[in-house]
Amino acid sequence: MSRTQSTLRIGDQPWVKWSLIGLALTLTLLLLVIPLVLIFAQAFSAGPGSLWSNLTDTYTLAAIGLTLFVAALTVPLNLVFGVFLAWLVTRFEFPGRKVLITLIDIPFAVSPVVAGLLYLLLYGSNGWLGGWLADKDIQLMFAWPGIVMVTVFVTCPFVARELIPLMQQQGRDEEEAAVVLGASGWQLFRKVTLPNIQWALLYGVVLTNARAVGEFGAVSVVSGNIRGETNTLPLHVELLYQDYNVAGAFTSASLLACIALLTLLVKSFIEWRQARQRMPVSDQSDSI
Amino acid sequence: MSISLEGVNKHFGQFQALKDISLDIPDGQLTGLLGPSGSGKTTLLRIIAGLESAEHGRILFHGKDVTRLHVRERRVGFVFQHYALFRHMTVAQNIAFGLEVLPRAQRPPAAEIRRQVADLLEMVQLGHLSSRYPAQLSGGQKQRIALARALAMKPEILLLDEPFGALDAKVRKDLRRWLRALHDELHFTSVFVTHDQEEALELSDRVVVMSAGKIEQVGGPQALYAEPESRFVFDFLGHVNVLGGSLEQQRLSQGDAWVQMPEGVDCAGEMQLYLRPHEVRLQNCPALHAHLPLRIESISLIGAEVRLELTPCGWDAQEPWEVGISHVEFNRWQPQRGDRCYAVPDVGHLFGIEQTRPRTLNWVED
Repeated sequence: MSRTQSTLRIGDQPWVKWSLIGLALTLTLLLLVIPLVLIFAQAFSAGPGSLWSNLTDTYTLAAIGLTLFVAALTVPLNLVFGVFLAWLVTRFEFPGRKVLITLIDIPFAVSPVVAGLLYLLLYGSNGWLGGWLADKDIQLMFAWPGIVMVTVFVTCPFVARELIPLMQQQGRDEEEAAVVLGASGWQLFRKVTLPNIQWALLYGVVLTNARAVGEFGAVSVVSGNIRGETNTLPLHVELLYQDYNVAGAFTSASLLACIALLTLLVKSFIEWRQARQRMPVSDQSDSI
Repeated sequence: MSISLEGVNKHFGQFQALKDISLDIPDGQLTGLLGPSGSGKTTLLRIIAGLESAEHGRILFHGKDVTRLHVRERRVGFVFQHYALFRHMTVAQNIAFGLEVLPRAQRPPAAEIRRQVADLLEMVQLGHLSSRYPAQLSGGQKQRIALARALAMKPEILLLDEPFGALDAKVRKDLRRWLRALHDELHFTSVFVTHDQEEALELSDRVVVMSAGKIEQVGGPQALYAEPESRFVFDFLGHVNVLGGSLEQQRLSQGDAWVQMPEGVDCAGEMQLYLRPHEVRLQNCPALHAHLPLRIESISLIGAEVRLELTPCGWDAQEPWEVGISHVEFNRWQPQRGDRCYAVPDVGHLFGIEQTRPRTLNWVED
């Protein structure tokens, strides 16, 4: 068929198409690619020797350690929490179920700074619960437990949000079949529920981890910015920058960027796996 | 293993799904739970399995109270309407599941499990599919695998929820015949749910007809069809031709139509006469005892007999009448659409307006 005979689809004018593509590319370049390249360029600007010394700086190492420590506590906590919550709201009927599904989104709706302030008010030494805890010599705010608490709060919807729609769509049938066949609660979870949700669960975990590592607002309120003690990597970047140590700030920033790129890679892989799992397998022509 | 239900009730919120159900299901029989959607038949099946809990009442298996027994402990085979195969397991893994989750002490060794799975696959005639995934199977194949999986635990009770509901007509017929043969061979107690009257009557030893959470009638397929005890069962099992009118001096009449009652019918008032399609003859002129003028609306030739759909002339019926005649008769008579004819009842069932049980009438002298 010749080019002139083919009918154009709606919006399929060449100039519309190319100007939209051009606009999207320009914006991507300006807003995403150049800043990312700059981070690495700045980090390497003073030469590899200085990069290494910046990386092995005591405070930087402490910040990396604390960030990984917080993520290592937050991710498993929210994994368990998310699975339980998703199970609860998709497998049981109870009054307030709909309200609970809405409440899950609160950490997304509230600004992280506000969340940090709330925790400070509640658990700070002048706070409501904090005063009582201080009498018992327990300090939560301006210490790592506080950082973990706000990070858990900020990241808690990710896993549940991924699982709830999937589990709703899959329904209860397979689980009922497993129980009728004699599976115990644990066997049911391990052999039936978990394999069905594993990729969505991993996706939620990757997102939780990315956010836990990168969280700034809520953590900065409750951390107290004590170098080498309560400084996470994002806070450390800001601190170095305020000290006019640009190369150092960008070195730490490039670390965070690396984690982000890795996250994207894993995320794409999981999405690819999920799509493959959902894809209908080629039609079988056998009769019954 | 026999199943007994005693006074079982079930509510979903305000809605009462089951109203005081008592039922005995004898050992070794194939029982069909038949009813329109919302009649509570699936709920009843799920209560027997233990997937729903009963309010009040008791459930007994072979005389033993299992009301408080968990689904897991009841050891029934259950086949779900949409198969509920484990999508991430192969066919063989699906069938082996019930054996794999047994406590270590009771679990057969791996080689024995493999052998049993192979036997079951052989039994459902799908041995060549053992390493396929459920998404790669047709509906009929999935249903057979679901059945094999349920039978792997050697249950004495097999429960099936609308087992053929999602299959097309041809496959459904094959599977139905195959399930009946399997049941006759293995002799478990089976209960299946269906909304298809034909399926229930063809497949079951006994049929339980349900409506609005209550049991309407229990009986063999023949008894149910020949002697329905209520208007509902009459309406629900097969087509029925109705003449509603007033009965005076042994004559039921409405508009141009009338039927003379046989000797001994002495009631009067508003009545309805129910006639099965095979209990009516068609002729060119009215008979002595009946004047039921009808016009032929459509003719369906497919099947063992020719089915005529007829509309009343000079009187009213809520639904068109349906009468079956043999192909021989049809060829002799050669009726056309639009032709006029007269219905003559041989046997009929008379309902008073307030009555639930009919009175059976017979016009043919034996």
